[in-house]
Amino acid sequence: MLNPAGTAVVEARDVTVALGGRPVLRGNDLVVRHGEFVALMGANGSGKSTLVRALTGLRPLTQGSVLLFGTPLQDFKERHRIGFVPQRGTAAGGVPSSVREVVASGRLTRRPLLRPAGKADRAAIDDALEVVGLTGMASEGVSTLSGGQQQRVLIARALAGEPELFFLDEPTAGVDLPNQLALAGALRTLSERGATIVLVAHELGPLEPLVDRAVVMRDGRIAYDGPPLAHEDVHGHHHPIAGSHDHVPHVGSPFDTMSLDPREDRR
Amino acid sequence: MSPAELLDLLGRDFMQRALLAALLTGLAAPAIGTFIVQRRLALLGDGIGHVAVTGVALGLLTGTSPTWTAVVVAILGAVLIEVIREKGHTNGDVALALLFYGGLAGGVLITGLAGDGAAGLQVYLFGSVTSISSTEVWYTAGLALVVLTVTLGLLPQLFAVASDPEFAKVAGLRVRAYNLLVAVLAAVSVTVAMRTVGLLLVSALMVVPVATSQQLARSFRSTLLWAMVLGGVAAVGGLVVAAWLSARATVAPGPSIVLLALAMFAATWPVGVWARRRRRLAEPFPALGTGTPGPHEVDEHPHQHGDDCGHPAVPHDDHLDYVHDGHRHAPHGEHYDEH
Ligand SMILES: Nc1ncnc2c1ncn2[C@@H]1O[C@H](COP(=O)(O)OP(=O)(O)OP(=O)(O)O)[C@@H](O)[C@H]1O
Ligand SMILES: [Mg+2]
Ligand SMILES: [Zn+2]
Ligand SMILES: [Zn+2]
Ligand SMILES: [Zn+2]
Ligand SMILES: [Zn+2]
Repeated sequence: MLNPAGTAVVEARDVTVALGGRPVLRGNDLVVRHGEFVALMGANGSGKSTLVRALTGLRPLTQGSVLLFGTPLQDFKERHRIGFVPQRGTAAGGVPSSVREVVASGRLTRRPLLRPAGKADRAAIDDALEVVGLTGMASEGVSTLSGGQQQRVLIARALAGEPELFFLDEPTAGVDLPNQLALAGALRTLSERGATIVLVAHELGPLEPLVDRAVVMRDGRIAYDGPPLAHEDVHGHHHPIAGSHDHVPHVGSPFDTMSLDPREDRR
Repeated sequence: MSPAELLDLLGRDFMQRALLAALLTGLAAPAIGTFIVQRRLALLGDGIGHVAVTGVALGLLTGTSPTWTAVVVAILGAVLIEVIREKGHTNGDVALALLFYGGLAGGVLITGLAGDGAAGLQVYLFGSVTSISSTEVWYTAGLALVVLTVTLGLLPQLFAVASDPEFAKVAGLRVRAYNLLVAVLAAVSVTVAMRTVGLLLVSALMVVPVATSQQLARSFRSTLLWAMVLGGVAAVGGLVVAAWLSARATVAPGPSIVLLALAMFAATWPVGVWARRRRRLAEPFPALGTGTPGPHEVDEHPHQHGDDCGHPAVPHDDHLDYVHDGHRHAPHGEHYDEH
C-alpha cells in the first residue's frame, strides 16, 4: 500500500559502508514509509545485501545514519518490530535441529529471558510454519531439507516474531513456483495488515503485483528510486547471454535430486 | 576382583564421592559441549584443557587449591580464545595452537619448579579415583550445577546465537556476551571434569556423547538431553571399570571413561546410518532422470507447457523453465532451450 504521507519507518541518510578498505555503499539516502512494499534490485555485487545489512545493524556505517521507527539504530531496542531473512543462509548447524526449533528462535524477540514459550508463542510458530507450507515437516531435521525448503524455514523464522518491518534478502531464490505463490500470498496479507516490507530480488515473479516502489542499485549507489519498472527496463535483452545462466541456488523442493548439495553453493 | 569386592569398593566413602563427581561431570560436559559442537568448535574444550594445565601447576606451585587456580586460568584462556576467534584473523587457528602448547608446556615446567614432578600433575591430566577430597566434591558439584542451570535455562537464546549469530544479532540478542558465556561455561566444565576424566581427555566428554546422540536425534533439544544421559552413563561406568581394574593395575579413570563413550559411539553409528537410510527411503522417490540432454524439437513434446501441465515451473530470469525428464526447459520459438 503506497502511502506517501505515512511516517518514515526506515530513514537512512548518506549511508556509506566500506568493506575490506573498499567502499561498497556510497552516500545512499533511503526513506521507507509505513506500509510500503519496496523491491530492492540490481546486479550481483551492486550492494543490495550490504544495504540491508547496514539497515539492520549488521554492518557498521563508515558515514551517515539510520533511523528505524524514528530511533537511531544503535539505540533501537524494540527488536520484535523487525524481521530479517538473510540471503542464502543455511538453517543447519553442527548439531541436528528441527524445523520447529529454528522457527521458534525467531520468536525470541518477544520472549523475556527464562520465560518458557507460552500459548501465543506456539500459535505464532504454528502460523509461520503454515504460511511457508512446512507444517507437516515441523519435526524434521533442518539439514535433511533441500535448499529451497531451508529458505522457507528462514522465512518462517522471521514471520514467527510477528514483526512490522521485514527485510527479506532474496527470499524466493531456489523456491519453486507454488511456494513463491504461497509466499506472495503471505506477504500480501502482511502488507494489507500494514507491515512494511523491504525485499531484495532479482526476479520478482509472483511478487511483482505487490511492489509499490522499486529501488535499483548500481555499484553501491541507488541508481533509481520510483514506481516499479517494466521487465525490459531492468533486463534490457530478452535472451540472457548463453552460458551465463546462474541456477544458484539450485532448484528446490521437491526435485532435490536435481541439484547437488545446495549447501555447496553457500558462502 | 570379585563382584562382592567391587560392591564393597563402590560402597567406600572416597568411591561414593568420586561417583557423584563423575555423574555431575558426565551431565555438565556434554550439555555445554552441544553448543560447542553446534558452533563447529569441537576442539575448543581441548584448547581450554591445555591452558588449564598451567592453572593447575600454579596451584601446585603456590600451595593453593588447584581447582580454583585452574578455574581462573581456564576462564582467562577461554575468553582469550573467544576473542581471537571473533577477530577472525586468517591465522586464528595458529594463534590458538600457540595458546594450547604454551598452556601445556607452561604447566609441566611450573610443576617441575614446584618439585611435584610428573606424578603430581598426572592425576589432573588423566583423572584419579582416589585423590578427590570431600571439599573438592562439593566444589565440583556446585560448579556443575551452575553450568547445568545456566545452559538449560538459556537454551533458547544460546541455541539461536550458536546456530545463526547474524539473525540473533538482528533479533537483539547480545551475541558477543552469549559467546563469551559459552566459553566461560566451557572453561568451568573443563575444571569440573578435571578430577575425573582429566584435562587432556576432557574434550572427549564434551564432544563424543554429542556425536553419539546426534546419530539418532532429529532435534537440538533431544540431542542435548541424550548427550547428557550418555555422558552420565559413560562417566559413572568408566569410573567403575577403572576401580574394578585397579586391583590389578593402576588405571586412571579418564581413559576408561573416554573409551566407554567411544564404544557407545561405535555401537550407535551403524544404527544411525540405518535410521538415516530408512528415513531417506521413506521419502517419495522423485521420478527424475539424470544427464544433460541437448535442445529438442517441439514435436518431442505432446503438449504446450503451462500452468497445470504437470511439469513444475521455475522462474528463471525473464521466463519460466519447466522441469521435465530431469532438466529445465524453456520454450523458445520452434524449439526448447535447456537451461
Ligand atoms: N565481507 C566482505 N568483505 C569485503 N567485501 C565484501 C564483503 N561482502 C561483500 N563485499 C563486496 O561488496 C559488494 C556488494 O556485495 P553485496 O553482497 O551487497 O551485493 P548484492 O547486491 O547483494 O549481490 P548479490 O545479487 O550477489 O546478492 C561486492 O562487490 C562484494 O564483493
Ligand atoms: Mg545479496
Ligand atoms: Zn509440461
Ligand atoms: Zn526438454
Ligand atoms: Zn533458444
Ligand atoms: Zn531458463
